[in-house]
Amino acid sequence: MTTLDSSKEIQKSTPEVSKNHEDFRMFGLVTFLIADGMTFAGFFAAYLTYKAVNPLPEGAIYELELPIPTLNTILLLVSSATFHKAGKALLKDKNSDSQKWLILTAFLGIIFLICQLFEYFHLPFGLTDNLFASTFYALTGFHGLHVTLGTLMILIISWQTRLNTGRITSKNMFPLEAVELYWHFVDGIWVILFIILYLL
Amino acid sequence: MLNKNIYLILIISCVFGISFWIGFNVNLLPAEASINAPIYDELFKILFVIGLIIFIGMTLAVIYSLFKFKRRKDEIGDGIALEGNLSLEIIWTLIPSIIVLIIGIYSYNIYDRMGGMKELNHSHEMMSSNNEKIWAGISQSSNNDIANNNLSVEVSAMQFAFLFNYPKGEFISGELHVPVNNKVSMRMESKDVIHAFWVPEFRIKQDIIPGQPTILNFTPTKIGKYPIICAELCGPYHGGMRASIIVEDESDYKDWFNKNKKTEVDL
Amino acid sequence: MTISIDRQKDNHQRLQPNGWLRYFSFSLDHKVIGIQYMVCGFLFYLIGGTLASAIRIELASPMSDFLPRDVYNQFLTLHGTIMIFLWIVPVVNGAFGNYLIPFYVGARDMAFPRLNAVAFWLIPPSGLMLIASYFVEGAAQSGWTAYPPLSITTPQSGQIIWIISVLLLGGSSIFGGINFIATIIKLRRPGLKLMQLPMYCWAMLGTSLLVVLSTPVLAGTLILLSFDIVAHTGFFNPVLGGNVVVYQHLFWFYSHPAVYIMVLPAFGLVSEILPVHSRKPLFGYTTMVYSIMGIVVLGLVVWAHHMFTSGTPPWMRLFFTIATSFIAVPTGIKFFNWVATLWGGKISINSAMLFSCGFIINFVFGGITGVALAQVPFDIHVHDTYFVVAHFHYIVYGGTVFIIFSSIYHWFPKVTGKMLGEKLGIIHFAITFIGFNLCFAPQHWLGLNGMPRRVAEYDPQFQFVNQISSIGALLMAISTIPFLVNIFLSVRNGKDSGDNPWNALTPEWLTSSPPPVENWEGDAPLVVEPYGYGDSFSQKNKKI
Repeated sequence: MTTLDSSKEIQKSTPEVSKNHEDFRMFGLVTFLIADGMTFAGFFAAYLTYKAVNPLPEGAIYELELPIPTLNTILLLVSSATFHKAGKALLKDKNSDSQKWLILTAFLGIIFLICQLFEYFHLPFGLTDNLFASTFYALTGFHGLHVTLGTLMILIISWQTRLNTGRITSKNMFPLEAVELYWHFVDGIWVILFIILYLL
Repeated sequence: MLNKNIYLILIISCVFGISFWIGFNVNLLPAEASINAPIYDELFKILFVIGLIIFIGMTLAVIYSLFKFKRRKDEIGDGIALEGNLSLEIIWTLIPSIIVLIIGIYSYNIYDRMGGMKELNHSHEMMSSNNEKIWAGISQSSNNDIANNNLSVEVSAMQFAFLFNYPKGEFISGELHVPVNNKVSMRMESKDVIHAFWVPEFRIKQDIIPGQPTILNFTPTKIGKYPIICAELCGPYHGGMRASIIVEDESDYKDWFNKNKKTEVDL
Repeated sequence: MTISIDRQKDNHQRLQPNGWLRYFSFSLDHKVIGIQYMVCGFLFYLIGGTLASAIRIELASPMSDFLPRDVYNQFLTLHGTIMIFLWIVPVVNGAFGNYLIPFYVGARDMAFPRLNAVAFWLIPPSGLMLIASYFVEGAAQSGWTAYPPLSITTPQSGQIIWIISVLLLGGSSIFGGINFIATIIKLRRPGLKLMQLPMYCWAMLGTSLLVVLSTPVLAGTLILLSFDIVAHTGFFNPVLGGNVVVYQHLFWFYSHPAVYIMVLPAFGLVSEILPVHSRKPLFGYTTMVYSIMGIVVLGLVVWAHHMFTSGTPPWMRLFFTIATSFIAVPTGIKFFNWVATLWGGKISINSAMLFSCGFIINFVFGGITGVALAQVPFDIHVHDTYFVVAHFHYIVYGGTVFIIFSSIYHWFPKVTGKMLGEKLGIIHFAITFIGFNLCFAPQHWLGLNGMPRRVAEYDPQFQFVNQISSIGALLMAISTIPFLVNIFLSVRNGKDSGDNPWNALTPEWLTSSPPPVENWEGDAPLVVEPYGYGDSFSQKNKKI
């Protein structure tokens, strides 16, 4: 019978095997964003199926105007760039610059949300008017929820980036990097959403 | 070694023999009462035999190993240090793949013979006036088929009953009467939740979906009374949602039809 | 950047209560969380089993006489939901995964201990909420599939609570999945390669990929369904122009992979148990890994075989028939490999081994009926009948639950340091195996001959067979008694097991039983060949 001592398979570990390991919080976040992306994928699939299978009933209105969402797309793309700038600034230990870029990003996010609400109030259809109206609100609403969360997180980290708190520094970039990745993800989703919902 | 192989071949042929015997002699299915049923039973027998061979074979292998390789009391030591055998593993990847492929092609053939693969005509033809889309059931046929057929029935399902509308006679019945050996076309629609139309003796089933009419065709071959069962959970009285289909010969059907009809038509 | 897990451990250890109290605390120790999952899951199993017994009592007679009709539907909904989301998924993933994976990768804890604790503590409240909904206005009564429009038209409070509860459980499952992926990929001890991991790690990696990719779709779908119920939107409501089949597609996009979420970990666990008790290396490690990944990939593209009667177009039926049939190939490879693992071993016939062999036999049967069900023409007759019920229980009870019991017998000495009684274990196996087959094998015949599923009343000609089935269910209920007595006796005054009663080589046995909080005294051992059993080492290289 194989006994443990006789088994050559089990080697004693080398002493320098450290108890430290690399940071894998980013890895977890990416996994989470993949999961989150699948939720959107489900919504998109439902929307496209409806579009292919369920024709609009007669007399139903489902018209979308392009100007506001185009503006929103530009806003989000610019905000991704400003967020990137914030990261760059922090890496060079310019915390106050970084904070300014972050606040600008949050500001762009808030304008996005205001535009979105403005669009909601001026659309000719309501949530329960027809299938497409419902899907439109569900998709943009779920995305808007993500933008709201993102904006709040940006405000929090912009506050933490101040020099005297020391929570986020060039040595501890994780919170900033995490929110940045999330923000790019939300932007990416918006671009897909814009193409599928408004352009197709 | 030779001896061992002979035993192995003997056992394998026994497994095959028993499986084939059971497969062709044990009838697990209800009566065959439509032209679909014998086709279905053919597939069932094949699947049953293949399944039995695999199941009996695997069970014997497990039980044999348990007895043969059992650790006897105060026996020490390990089994053989066998970590794998590539050629064996390739064999039992390839053989099941081939079996599965053959089953797939065969069941496609069966499905085709049942009428399931008949291409629906283009969707614009399927759109009726009020923009609804008709979805396919098994044995579907084109709209023309339905129009030309002298027995088309409109089925509406609701919690917890089936209603059968005979458009020719403009009457509604709670029982489905059909003449034997005659193709029946049904257009089914639900008034509330999803139901399903199932006649076990005919081996057909189709969901009845609200908002999306489905089509189901069948040809009964045996006179008798068979149950129509709702097979999709539809509420508290789901178990009680049943109706009967009565297959009768041409003249009985005519009598019944003429007794019920609301308009003057002759069959 | 690096984080010292030891320092983290020290920090949270100080905050943890000791003794039995820690099992009721927000513990960050993966072993405590694993046991929490296990005990919590087992309690829900008892509740779900009680519901199943009530269903079988109702079905002992063809009339609807034991339960009111709507209560019957609530019971079958709760039975399905509890057994799937509160017993099998949490236990086979959460309990064994949390307990074993850190040992297998040579870590001291999971990658994200706090997320792990959150994932567990989502389960008891949502489970209790689900059960409590029965006492409020009646639980959900549209089956665990919650097909609209039935789920929209039945009483709302129960359905909404069901949705919230399943959403929370889904969240718990996603958090768990993220944690397992990160632990297996990122937290491996230096020097340990992926292809040296015990098979359970691969199974959990595959399962977690499925969880992460498919559960969010269910979450989105249920959110839309709740809008339909509360806000009167029309996503799935045909009266408002919605499409009920879209719900079925989205639902089964999760719920078919959910079957693999339930059985893949069991495949992993049985791959750990068989080599130990037959003293042989696991046969065909590499093909096992590839077949797990094959099942994961195929598992994501077969969902519509649940919808062959829903009016899907012919090309879709054809595609899903072929795709589904091909899942039999990787699954078959695994079964042949397990039998080959037994072959030529020195098999100890004990409870763990018996349950594993019972699993192989049951699962092969369930798999064969599964291939049959994948064929469209076959499925059209038996869809939504007791044939499907029988098939599903052969997979999930005969498969996964047998492995859960097998694993309990196998790892109980690890967790407690006490052996479980063999005599009671074998009695437990015998009653379970006989009861299970008596209960579910006749149901195949019922389905073929015309008994639909989810009915409280049926054609009187089926009464006799249903009664046999009910007797089987009774035996299954009785079988938990020797099991519970066994656990009780063993915890009270069981035989000491020593650190490694099975002489196993996988890493969890290379520490004391029960293990210390840190998992290892000193560094984790590097186990590069977890299945290095076998008589001679020289033979190993030959690979006959």
